[in-house]
Amino acid sequence: MEFLVEIIKPVLSLTVLAVVFGGILAWADKVFAVKKDPRVDEIIEVLPGANCGACGYAGCAAFAEAVAKGEAPVNGCPVGRQKVADEIAKIMGVSAACDDECLKARLVCQGSDDVAKTKMIYHGIDDCRAAVLLHGGDKTCPYGCLGLGTCVRVCPFDAISMGDNGLPVIDAGLCTGCNKCRDACPKGVIRMVPEGSAVLVACNSHDKGAAVVKACKVGCIACGKCVKVCPEDAIALVDNLAVIDPAKCTNCGACVEACPTKAIIRL
Amino acid sequence: MKTTFPGGIHPPYNKELTASKAIVEMPLPKRVRLLLQQHIGAPCKPLVKKGDVVTVGQKIADSDAFVSAPIIASVGGEVAAVDAEGIEIVTDPEHSRFTGQAPKYDTPEDIRQIIREAGIVGMGGAAFPTHVKLSPPEGKEVHTLIINGAECEPYLSTDHRVMVEQGEELIEGIKILLRACGAQKAIIGIEKNKPDAIENLSRLCRDEENIRVEAVPVVYPQGGERQLIKSLTGREVPVGGLPLDLGIVVQNVATAVAVHQAVNLGRPLIDRVVTVSGRGVAEPANVRVRLGTPIRDLIEFCGGMRDDAVKVVNGGPMMGKAVASLDDPVTKGTSGILVLTEAEVRIYEERTCIRCARCVDACPMRLMPNYLALYSRKSMYNDAEQIHLFNCIECGCCSFVCPARIPIVHYIQKAKHEINSKRRKK
Repeated sequence: MEFLVEIIKPVLSLTVLAVVFGGILAWADKVFAVKKDPRVDEIIEVLPGANCGACGYAGCAAFAEAVAKGEAPVNGCPVGRQKVADEIAKIMGVSAACDDECLKARLVCQGSDDVAKTKMIYHGIDDCRAAVLLHGGDKTCPYGCLGLGTCVRVCPFDAISMGDNGLPVIDAGLCTGCNKCRDACPKGVIRMVPEGSAVLVACNSHDKGAAVVKACKVGCIACGKCVKVCPEDAIALVDNLAVIDPAKCTNCGACVEACPTKAIIRL
Repeated sequence: MKTTFPGGIHPPYNKELTASKAIVEMPLPKRVRLLLQQHIGAPCKPLVKKGDVVTVGQKIADSDAFVSAPIIASVGGEVAAVDAEGIEIVTDPEHSRFTGQAPKYDTPEDIRQIIREAGIVGMGGAAFPTHVKLSPPEGKEVHTLIINGAECEPYLSTDHRVMVEQGEELIEGIKILLRACGAQKAIIGIEKNKPDAIENLSRLCRDEENIRVEAVPVVYPQGGERQLIKSLTGREVPVGGLPLDLGIVVQNVATAVAVHQAVNLGRPLIDRVVTVSGRGVAEPANVRVRLGTPIRDLIEFCGGMRDDAVKVVNGGPMMGKAVASLDDPVTKGTSGILVLTEAEVRIYEERTCIRCARCVDACPMRLMPNYLALYSRKSMYNDAEQIHLFNCIECGCCSFVCPARIPIVHYIQKAKHEINSKRRKK
């Protein structure tokens, strides 16, 4: 009998301990429970999962959390586009309007090597952000594309390549509108333009006409012909540069015909 | 031998081109262009308009900001153009003869005001407004004034010539600077490769109790203020701090002469000595030139360019910047104009870092330039800042020694610029 008691003692004490700790765990689970929005996991499921950061958040999970909290728009994932936006909208129980979100990056400069003059020879790092530190880059035009391909390197979707003429070429089909190239460009020659726009003022120069002519053959000289010819009153001259209001523009192309320097182009 | 700062390099100095040549005065240029920003700090706003007639010494642009210095007409004549960047004056010799009167002053505050109104900035190259440097903030006292005559940049010899030829004026300037900042003693630090300057100033200081001349080792960048302080006092400026934290103010020799002329003679900063050198210019010289003179005129005065000249640099070869146009003017910070030949400008292709750490050995600020460049290239600016990006003085030692020819300083400048512009946006 002695040995039976010796066995029962530890079994009993361990059982008591197990019950006590189990109780504590059960209590802690209730009291310290982290409330997680079940929608977060659902949203992560439908996101592309590339963690590219194009939405401005640190990866897909962070974006999903922000959407669930209501901080980010349901169509905030530029990569997933409408399809993902619709699915997220379903999870969130809202509708996914995508009016102004379908933006494409466009280069608003045509100052290729053969038409834009340079003021010096640049020897330095192959990066527009470094080149701009020395006299604003080698182009005579202070607003023009420097053509060292910083946008090409920052694009997470391989939508930009360097053309033979020293200007980047943006593939609108691959562009997801993530804004990375626009933010990286020190000259601001990449603008986000609505996908439907078919005409573009492909110049960024705010200089007066005389200075533009000296620097580049295809610059906007702010002559105002496009303003006059536009039947919809969609064009205005802002700080020596023609600006098209996409809301009014009907893509008729009258301005493309009228522009004497071919600074307005049809896409 | 006294210890000096860590790191540093010994570039070919090439000072023999101009070091023994006396300062020559350049005749008045036909027109000058005075930039509105010739200094660190806020740019000035023009006080004149096109068509106005100005006389030499007249204040033509000023700013309300504390860290700024007014722009003084360096010649008299008619204002030909005023744009966003500068003011152009067509010279009229009638209005260009300077007839000033010495201003009256009592307190250090008066002196600082005179220095400000004279448009004086640090003339070693950085162009930091002098009156700001002389105004220690509340609770900080200045005990030592260091006069920077190291002139460690290759080619340049302006400070050298000023010390040899204008020693008396320099000493007068130092006395005023001592009063203005309240320091008890002044040390003139000169690199050992200028024995004539050391001898001249030692002779002049023989009877001055609180001014002494000290020779410092020849190593670039001895003329950096932090480096010179370490060499002369053995003390180090704290990370992120200023020489003022040690009770020290550093001023360039040319600045001290300008202060003497402004305070004792009433003559504002209208000219400066510029070394025109390099093997691409016909007759290298030390030229006293009116501010705003086009670089083209200055080079013409020195016999023009040789056929094999390929690059013109504003400043020294280590820290100067290439000029994009010969129409750019001489500014308050222009210590030299170098016309370089192909043999002097070697352009290499950038290779991959081989992790030899020569840049780490050479860095006088004890940074890790290899990592700073790497982080900058990868746009990892936070990491760059953590390893003290902003402590870099951009002296160029790292780029100079790099066997992979990586333009490290350019990478560092890019990172600093990107971080600063992001901060401004916020």
